[in-house]
Amino acid sequence: MRHREHSIRCFQFISHLQKQTWGIMQRKFSTTASRAATQMTVRDALNSAMDEELARDEKVFLMGEEVALYDGAYKVSRGLHAKYGDKRVIDTPITEMGFAGLAVGAAMAGLKPICEFMTFNFSMQAIDQVINSAAKTFYMSAGTVPVPIVFRGPNGAAAGVAAQHSQCFASWYSHCPGLKVVSPYNSEDCRGLLKSAIRDPNPVVCLENEIMYGSPFEISDEALSPDFLIPIGKSKIEREGKHVTLVSHSRYVGHCLEAANELAGIGIEAEIINLRTLRPMDDAPIIQSVIKTNHLVTVEGGWPQCGIGAEVCARIIESPAFNYLDAPVMRVTGADVPTPYAKTLEDNTFPQVFNIVNTVKQSLKVP
Amino acid sequence: MAAKLGGALRTLRYLTTRPVSCRLIGTSPSVRCVHEDRPQFPGSKSKFTYKLSFLDPDEEAGIPVYRVMNSEGEMTEKSEDPKIDKTTVLKMYRDMTLLNSMDKILYESQRQGRISFYMTNFGEEATHIGSASALHPEDMVFGQYREAGVLMWRGFTLDQFINQCYGNTEDVGKGRQMPVHYGSQDLHFVTISSPLATQMPQASGAAYAFKRAQNGKCVICYFGEGAASEGDAHAAFNFAATLDCPVIFFCRNNGYAISTPTSDQYRGDGIASRGSGYGMLTIRVDGNDVFAVHNVTKEAREICVSHNRPVLIEAMTYRIGHHSTSDDSSMYRKKGEVVKFDTNNPIGRLRSYMVKQGWWNDDQENEWKEESKKMVMESFAKAEKRKKPNPTELFKDVYEEIPPHLQKQMDSLKEHLSKNEDKYPTQNYEACKEYMYQDLSGSMVGVTRSHS
Repeated sequence: MRHREHSIRCFQFISHLQKQTWGIMQRKFSTTASRAATQMTVRDALNSAMDEELARDEKVFLMGEEVALYDGAYKVSRGLHAKYGDKRVIDTPITEMGFAGLAVGAAMAGLKPICEFMTFNFSMQAIDQVINSAAKTFYMSAGTVPVPIVFRGPNGAAAGVAAQHSQCFASWYSHCPGLKVVSPYNSEDCRGLLKSAIRDPNPVVCLENEIMYGSPFEISDEALSPDFLIPIGKSKIEREGKHVTLVSHSRYVGHCLEAANELAGIGIEAEIINLRTLRPMDDAPIIQSVIKTNHLVTVEGGWPQCGIGAEVCARIIESPAFNYLDAPVMRVTGADVPTPYAKTLEDNTFPQVFNIVNTVKQSLKVP
Repeated sequence: MAAKLGGALRTLRYLTTRPVSCRLIGTSPSVRCVHEDRPQFPGSKSKFTYKLSFLDPDEEAGIPVYRVMNSEGEMTEKSEDPKIDKTTVLKMYRDMTLLNSMDKILYESQRQGRISFYMTNFGEEATHIGSASALHPEDMVFGQYREAGVLMWRGFTLDQFINQCYGNTEDVGKGRQMPVHYGSQDLHFVTISSPLATQMPQASGAAYAFKRAQNGKCVICYFGEGAASEGDAHAAFNFAATLDCPVIFFCRNNGYAISTPTSDQYRGDGIASRGSGYGMLTIRVDGNDVFAVHNVTKEAREICVSHNRPVLIEAMTYRIGHHSTSDDSSMYRKKGEVVKFDTNNPIGRLRSYMVKQGWWNDDQENEWKEESKKMVMESFAKAEKRKKPNPTELFKDVYEEIPPHLQKQMDSLKEHLSKNEDKYPTQNYEACKEYMYQDLSGSMVGVTRSHS
């Protein structure tokens, strides 16, 4: 008996230790106060956001491959079909161009579809519907045909799925007027941004990240409330600092936070801006930050040419912050290659914490 | 005893429909297992066959073409006569011929450099009028680009058509789209989008929305036989069928996709032969017989709305004109072919019918020709003189609410124009109006922005 009790206690202690360690690794230096220590994974955040919006507005419905009976290819829509049935959660045949087109048509006729792409890599087969139909129609129809649709799904790096499953589409979609593009990092971002996207009357692309789906984050009571919305078009300062500005989106915000910890150890305080929305991009806080820190490093998973970092750099140069730069703007991006499969190759294709640390040191001319 | 029991059990099994493989032991070869005649695959449950033969599409006669009225305008099958009243038939004729007149004049205007582009509807007027007249006015229309007659039937005015081609300040489309890319929310006609067949899955989606709303409306989706080659068409058909959508897919098979003849577009029996493959009710109709098209569309609508299932109509017709003003079809087809179809066109056929009914004569024909031409020319002259939309229209409707950066650019342009009016032909553009803009928190803010 005592032995078993002891084993249970040991187990509890070990799992507590694991949680603590995990918590330390994942801790975000948020400027918002978290009142409760509730944990929520990114997957559950997306799931709860959709659940609440499906309950709130009967025009909202979810469609995509495997979303209903299978609970979602990545289980993001777990339980939704069981709760809402065939009319609200629909499994589609395998044709992205088909179901994206169908969703756009449904939106034109007054419904509010959430169109899930199993990954955004497959959205290329439907990209005409996303751009030529969803993004441009309100303009082309002189404001008479709105398309209140959300396209969502995992984007960018995954794990071991190589070139055709790992591309980042942040640049592709944020290039186009008529679309709004959000790229959430943690659970709070996912809840707030997806809910805002669903309620937005414009077409919105929500770029998630598959590797983040299982990651738990602390989430406040406020973020758990059913009307919690994060405005589209506003970034967030995740960490304040005075020596360098790091601008990032999605998964790499986490990498920046880790890099910031390391840099703090050598006396460099990094200010981290989580873009949250790529289009319309909230550049004002970045400009203010660079005026303060005089150094800018952007971090993204996508390829360097015509990337998000390039856009941030151009905007800074066109702004008053240009005169405050003490070093050229530097970009940390994915390597300019299709993603390879072998783990060692793949790991080195995407930004790692040491890349960010090294680039900051270069910017600050620290050895 | 055990053997007898075993035998009895086996017999019992034969009598059930359980998918158990059975072996015939000690019975006559003429006895077959009842359950083995029916395949049990999830994908198909038809019959087994023991004869190896391929389905040969060339051996099939081809889906017949339904028609009601022959080339001379006589009702061949009295029971199929829709007996449409004189007023409606006259409206049908007038709309077809007015469209024809408008097409001729606007085509010429492009040739003269007055508008940038145009597409005519010559030869296909009956497909538009026949189908539009059988629908309810609130049924949603997704067109391709050669369905102006549908809009005309519903009441789109000559002014509205020509304003759109000129992109002037009265254009419902606010000068955003190239000519013939019409749209009308009031008339439930979705704005034309250039990429082919993208409207098809959208039509399925809209029909799905109507089904959910249980509003008794259907959707009609027009497309050409060439557009049917796009992947979107396959997806649209499949979705409409699997999701039970009340949509009519109306294919205008006019023989050509720009220069590509049907012999290069497909090998099968047109588009109609594909319908059954998707589980859709299908019919092929003489697209130049306005009454046949009317009958078929009316019946199709009934099926859609009562049973929530899609219907495929393939209307056989002929594109008498060029694909567009950017095309010269004499490069790829013989004049004789065009003349043949022009001589036996849908307008002439309807006129023959009307004359036989005593509803029309040569005098009325000449009178109407003059009048319709005059109507078109009047609208044309007015449209040409109208101003162009104010340049600030450039920035609006990108999003539901105007974003700050476009707002700034709009203000900056206004300021520039007001300071440099003498350097720009501002008299050709409509004066600025007040506009509303929505800030990021979502509230509507009425603003007359002054320059910073």
